[in-house]
Amino acid sequence: MRTSTYSWGIRFLSLLVVLTAWEIYGRSVNPILFTYPTAIAAAFVELVSKGELQRFLMQSLEVFVYSFALAVVIGIPLGILLARSQTLSLALEPYLHAVYSTPTVAFIPLIVLWFGFRVPAKVVIVFLFMVFPILLNTQQGVKNLSQDLLEVARSFCSSERRLWLDLIIPSSLPFILAGVNLAIGRGLVGMVVAEFFTSVAGLGYMIVQYANSFETAKLFVPIVVLMALGVTLIGLIKVIERKVTPWQNREQGEI
Amino acid sequence: MAKIAVRHLTKSYNGGRVVALQDISFEVQPYESLCILGPSGCGKTTLLRLVDCLISRDQGEVLLDGEPVTTPRPDVAVVFQHFGLFPWKNLEENISYGLALRGEARQEIAQRVERYIELVGLRGFEKSYPYQLSGGMQQRAGLARALAVNPSLLLMDEPFGSLDAQTRETLQEELSKILQQERKTMLFVTHSIDEAIYLGDRILLMTPRPGRIREILGVKIPRPRDISRVRSDPQSIQLRNYIWAQLKQHADNS
Repeated sequence: MRTSTYSWGIRFLSLLVVLTAWEIYGRSVNPILFTYPTAIAAAFVELVSKGELQRFLMQSLEVFVYSFALAVVIGIPLGILLARSQTLSLALEPYLHAVYSTPTVAFIPLIVLWFGFRVPAKVVIVFLFMVFPILLNTQQGVKNLSQDLLEVARSFCSSERRLWLDLIIPSSLPFILAGVNLAIGRGLVGMVVAEFFTSVAGLGYMIVQYANSFETAKLFVPIVVLMALGVTLIGLIKVIERKVTPWQNREQGEI
Repeated sequence: MAKIAVRHLTKSYNGGRVVALQDISFEVQPYESLCILGPSGCGKTTLLRLVDCLISRDQGEVLLDGEPVTTPRPDVAVVFQHFGLFPWKNLEENISYGLALRGEARQEIAQRVERYIELVGLRGFEKSYPYQLSGGMQQRAGLARALAVNPSLLLMDEPFGSLDAQTRETLQEELSKILQQERKTMLFVTHSIDEAIYLGDRILLMTPRPGRIREILGVKIPRPRDISRVRSDPQSIQLRNYIWAQLKQHADNS
């Protein structure tokens, strides 16, 4: 039996070896092309003390939060409606699948043309990246509804509204959360790409700026921040998932 | 007036190719307990679902207190073989489900739920989730949920079919006691002859392909019934042998 001390020890050791190797190798390479961990740390401290990192991070997060909220508020109800109404799904699915199958990046120049370079344009872009995994997963979750429980609800004369609350939403919650998980990954990609294109604000802009001026150590700071952001957000979803869908953990549960 | 009157009920699947039920007619009197007994595939579960209009019928009619049934009714409660508890609701929330749908006052719901949790012997498990409970306990909850809405008719779809033999007997006894207190009309679907004899005032014997009523038999063992005494009662032994012979004869003929 592997203890948790053991597994954490291995992880820590692996990290130590990789960082040390990187540090040694990185110092021997031209600093324009590559960098090393302590240089990134120093750049991080500098950017934080000037307040620059916080400013760009907040700009990015602002866009991300708006887009996320929109994607959830539109994606989940629309996903449920599409699963519950055959007419609606027949009417809308062709467009949804067409837009979903097109690489979202391809729409960015058009969106910039319509919405400009500022927050609204970026919100639309990131929203497009995020909404589909949420919508399609929700639809799949609702379609997987247990016919047995549906019959229980019918036998107790449930209204359609109560059906959503008692059955449809809770039973598709694991699917929805899996969709949100995917959406966060895609959303971060969308956010950075949008900022590359619009180039006025955010972590993506920071990357472009420091790449153009060959300040490679500083270029790595937003990358590391994005990585941390991704890991944190997805970890957060995992925690929420365990909290709101306890019945899903029955294998690890008490019985 | 009969509590339920079923008249010429016919149901087929696959566009008429598989006849599940053919011309079923019977009546159930108020407070009577009728067991629908038959081998698997005889349409007994289909029949139960037709009574509450959970599925649509091809022909015939179902009258409840003289009124035709066209959609599921709030005064009819079903207990399912698969228990049908919501995994995301705890026991209390599961049992209060029907009452909450009716929009009963919160205090009324709490009182009734407490009473039925007590009645089915689940006190102390109010906050447990179904996955934390044994099958027997889950079905007690299913029964409490059905009783909580104070239905005039209980429809039981092989409720103890997936439980182990001991749990099954315990629950049969408790159901019998509960029915003495609560006074309900009950339709109970089962494939166990002993269960039908113990719980039924009458037994509706069905044969498959197509599902038809073979015979309706009276069980004249007085209540309250003791399960081990019923088993050794001469009338019950005779009835069991008779039903066996009927089912066997049908199986041999087909």
